Amino acid sequence: MKNMIEAEGLTKNYGELVAVDHIDLNVVCGEIFGFLGPNGAGKTTTVRMLTGIIKPTKGRVHIAGFDLLRDPIKAKEVMGVVPELSNAYTELTAWKNLQLMAELYGVPAKDAKARAEELLVRFGLHDRKDHKTKTFSKGMKQRLVIAMSLMSDPEILFLDEPTSGLDVMSARMIKDVLQELNNRGKTIFLTTHYMEEANQLCNRVAIINHGRIAAIAPPEELKARIGGLGRLEVSFRAHVDSSDLRRISGVTDVRESGDKTYLYTDEPGMTIQHLVDYCQSGGIEIVTLHTLTPTLEDVFIKLTGDEGGVEEMVEVDADGS
Amino acid sequence: MLMVPEIMDQMRRAFAIARKDIQIYYLKGPVIIFGILSPSFLFLAFMIGRNLPVDFLIAGLLGMTIFFTSTSVTPVIAPTETQTRNLERLAAAPVSITTILIGDMLASVLFGILISLVPILLGVMFGVGVAHPLVLAVAIVLAAFCFSAMGLVFSSTPTSMTSTVMMMSTMIKFPLVFLSGVFIPIQDLPSWGQALASISPLTYITDLCRYCFQGTGANYYSVPLNIFALVVFLIIFMVAAVKLHERSLPRRL
Repeated sequence: MKNMIEAEGLTKNYGELVAVDHIDLNVVCGEIFGFLGPNGAGKTTTVRMLTGIIKPTKGRVHIAGFDLLRDPIKAKEVMGVVPELSNAYTELTAWKNLQLMAELYGVPAKDAKARAEELLVRFGLHDRKDHKTKTFSKGMKQRLVIAMSLMSDPEILFLDEPTSGLDVMSARMIKDVLQELNNRGKTIFLTTHYMEEANQLCNRVAIINHGRIAAIAPPEELKARIGGLGRLEVSFRAHVDSSDLRRISGVTDVRESGDKTYLYTDEPGMTIQHLVDYCQSGGIEIVTLHTLTPTLEDVFIKLTGDEGGVEEMVEVDADGS
Repeated sequence: MLMVPEIMDQMRRAFAIARKDIQIYYLKGPVIIFGILSPSFLFLAFMIGRNLPVDFLIAGLLGMTIFFTSTSVTPVIAPTETQTRNLERLAAAPVSITTILIGDMLASVLFGILISLVPILLGVMFGVGVAHPLVLAVAIVLAAFCFSAMGLVFSSTPTSMTSTVMMMSTMIKFPLVFLSGVFIPIQDLPSWGQALASISPLTYITDLCRYCFQGTGANYYSVPLNIFALVVFLIIFMVAAVKLHERSLPRRL
């Protein structure tokens, strides 16, 4: 399958600081590729290099076959970009912002008008099309910025935290649009902090930490390969000391959150038996008990936590190999 | 290397940026009023009480008006768009830095040309005729391009603070007014003053205005030399602006 995004040895130095360190990644046509990482890991710098906003110190990027350094105009023409912060021109109306994008991307005027109408309707902004965007809410601005990025009907869409801080309806609308675009064969490079969003939408995810790729794989592969993250979610009638729970056979770690206690284990079945025995012997009442499989968040924390990191490199290609 | 169709595409995109600039930055009451009043007040402050012919005054006023209007807004566009994060939007679009700067320059040129009509109309009201209208038209357009490019050099400072850029541009612009034969004819300046005047682009447009309003003989330099000097300054400012913005853009984001 054709690679739409190819990065090879991508590196960015700011003086002594190595913000991005020899990143290699390929995103195939029609894929939704998630890009995850903690704050300061190098996500935005990587996206800026992939979108031609800044030049890498070292390395190469090809977008739909165009060398981004040698042929930046052609490479940028096939991509739409949604930066981290909303950046429509607040003194212009929604309509004028869309038309400006069309002109910057060389969309013929007639097509631009039809496309703007269609996008304004799709994003629920048509009735506000002649209003200056400074009067828009955060969710409306973000929907407009995504609409702006789609004015040229790009083959590849880069989105940096598109649903960050949005209300549920706006976030859901954006996720639906991304899914629709992907169904139409568009390639999507999605940077997000929301693990569930990445888990739901992405064919593959890459986790970046300290400027290096810690893992690239489909979410389910990652969860399976990382392993050791099975856990029991248990709620007790009365408070139970976590140090006692740690002594239960099979429990590798205990974490508390609200009225729930999480027991991490490699053998959930056996641990349930030991937990029940422990509760019976101590007269402790269990209110609820659930077995949880590892989540993408668990994988993320394991790979980006202090003990994790880039040494535990996990890579699975788009074809699963 | 861009081919002709690509260059035409980039020019169309530059016009789109110019239209955006006009809508956002220029079509504002205070900007237009500043463009007209600022040089007028400065001019009046130095001319009242001095017995000088009206055509001399109008020529100086016109030179100053083009200078102030064409350098008034361009310096603040890049810092403002850095602050509002719109610059990142432009940087991600398929336009080169040169295209962005040409777009900013075109808007400024149009503003400079339109505001320059004010002193010309003022001159007509006072009975000052234009002896060489064609040369005047060329001079105004060329000077507007030259000073707009100068404004782009000011805007290359990698900051999001418009006040920093404005302070820097004012520090350079005001001394130039006094060095450029606006208030004192170049021929009346001492030799060191004439040497300094020769390195100011404002000198050449003011000299051309003198020729156009006061007739042949009122100018210090020849018309071709004045035009050549403005073209050279335009090239220097534009090349410098592109190079400086190429360096400063990544530091703004």
